[in-house]
Amino acid sequence: MSVEPITLRGTELSGRAGTEVEATRPGKRGRRLRIFGRYVALSVLAFIVHLTIYITLVNSLLQPSQIASKSPTFFPTSPQWHTYADAWSDGHLATYLRNSFIQTGLIVVGQLVTSILAGYAFAFLRFPLKRTLFVVFLATLMVPFEITIVTNLQTINTLGWYDTFAALAVPFLATGFGAFLLRQTFLQLPKDLQDAAKLDGYGHIRFLTRVAVPLARPTIAALAVFSFLSAWNQYLWPLLVTKDDRLRTVQIGLKQLRATNIDQVNVTFAGIVLAFIPLVILLLIFQKQLVRGLTAGAVKG
Amino acid sequence: MSMPADATVHLRRGEAPAVAPPPRKRRFSRAVREAGLGYLLLLPAFVIFSVFIFYPFLRNFYLGFFSTPPFPGQPKNYVGLDQYKDVLTSSEFLDSLKVTVIFAAITVPVGIALGILLAVLAHQKLKGVGIYRAFFSSTVATSIAVASVIFGTLLSPQVGLLQGIQTEPSILQNPDPIINISLPVIRSFIPSVALTAVAVITIWQSLGLSFILMSAGLQAVPDEIQEAAEIDGAGPWTRFWNVTLPLLSPTIFFAFVVGSIFAFQTFGQIDLLTPRGGPLKTTNVLTYFIYDQLQFAKNDGKAAVLAIALFGVTLLLTLVQFSFLERRVSYER
Repeated sequence: MSVEPITLRGTELSGRAGTEVEATRPGKRGRRLRIFGRYVALSVLAFIVHLTIYITLVNSLLQPSQIASKSPTFFPTSPQWHTYADAWSDGHLATYLRNSFIQTGLIVVGQLVTSILAGYAFAFLRFPLKRTLFVVFLATLMVPFEITIVTNLQTINTLGWYDTFAALAVPFLATGFGAFLLRQTFLQLPKDLQDAAKLDGYGHIRFLTRVAVPLARPTIAALAVFSFLSAWNQYLWPLLVTKDDRLRTVQIGLKQLRATNIDQVNVTFAGIVLAFIPLVILLLIFQKQLVRGLTAGAVKG
Repeated sequence: MSMPADATVHLRRGEAPAVAPPPRKRRFSRAVREAGLGYLLLLPAFVIFSVFIFYPFLRNFYLGFFSTPPFPGQPKNYVGLDQYKDVLTSSEFLDSLKVTVIFAAITVPVGIALGILLAVLAHQKLKGVGIYRAFFSSTVATSIAVASVIFGTLLSPQVGLLQGIQTEPSILQNPDPIINISLPVIRSFIPSVALTAVAVITIWQSLGLSFILMSAGLQAVPDEIQEAAEIDGAGPWTRFWNVTLPLLSPTIFFAFVVGSIFAFQTFGQIDLLTPRGGPLKTTNVLTYFIYDQLQFAKNDGKAAVLAIALFGVTLLLTLVQFSFLERRVSYER
């Protein structure tokens, strides 16, 4: 945006001959301005996106009366750290977190494997009814989970899985979303790579494990994050297939925390923070995978 | 059919003897084995889908043929297709469908556009840009339940940020504004405050995911293409429209299809923020309507019909998107 007037001035002052020399100095200043502008834009957006999370953090450290007061407090002058201890012990958060991690881990691994296999088949293999089967896979996304619950509960009971991790994880070991996402990514891979691999005598399994999967790593990481989140955030199903605290997950813990601490909103906020800290850590770990470029992987491989 | 083509390729190359695979005895042709592998790779997912999605879903068609008696304990009546006709022509259903469509029409495009905006801004060679990436993607750490609790508290007239804002009396008298949310400013240009509030929360909560998806898509775009365009003298705006967007189109298309499907199934935030479908049923989206029939009305016949209708509408929408939008998507091959 600041580039326009500078070039204009350059032409005005020195005519055609001097443009090159003139443009370098103000160009530098313009670039610095532009970079500064980008930081401002990024910061403003980050602030807007995170205002609510900041308020959650602050509220977890305030007294209930401060949260409810007419003049909102934006900085905790006397932080109430005990809210976290309260949330941890009252809410049995340690058990809930462990259960959530086991359930979520099983689901993520299962979904990645089934999605990569299916996505590969849809992208690279030729077989009868492929288009139809792809629509069938997509159709799984359109069945709202709520309507399958009654029959699925009966199935779980028939299998003798009530109150087990199998009941928590097995129904979610495959996802049409993942298969679709990986098909799209595999289709984006350059055709040359496939031809080159074919010339090297790679069969499908070797092409899948040595070329396609490494190159799709950013997408696979994104899918892992998504699977993790949707599994972690489940509420209704874990509540229905488990009978007590032994196997219950953290979302239910939060809801119970909220119900038992109606007069202590700050403890609820502390519980919310504790429940999403593991997710933030995980995200920071995956960040590298997400950032790693597709082309960078191609050069390495 | 791919085999002879490959054979000619191998023969034509100069280094044919080294490259050509050693002749082996094969019991099946290559096409058959390829198809077999294809089915094998699809099998694990297919088994899970069959047991936990298709079977319970198909059972709904059967349930839809039976009307639920007004008093529990009475036997269910076989009514055949009558129940389908009654439910699908009711104004209750059509209103709910309208609410669902409006909700999707707000959340999907806005969410994707914001995701692209954040992803493009964070996809620059700047010092410390990784911190911003971490920031933008971190809203995925909030569940819809958490987001609802946060926003529900922040917007509540008792403890919320907006309690100081003077609410116009005329709005208070209007039955629409909301269970416990007062946003007078937005009131004038949107269909329902409650629905918009839920939409805003949904967009905020899904922003991190949208950002991650779009960032992953941008990673796949080779930097060289951008640089080539820059050398050719294309400004940032032209580069965005003519280079970035087309190359990002497979990801955007994906986000559009999946986003619409998810939007049609919105449930948690509706349940948590606007109980029982909101004021004057303005947030009674189809999934909530189904849940309401199951949970409160105990009418699983009607719920089954609604579930099938929801499925049909979403399937139709997806097929339309595939036939009209996928043409504009530029794949690598």
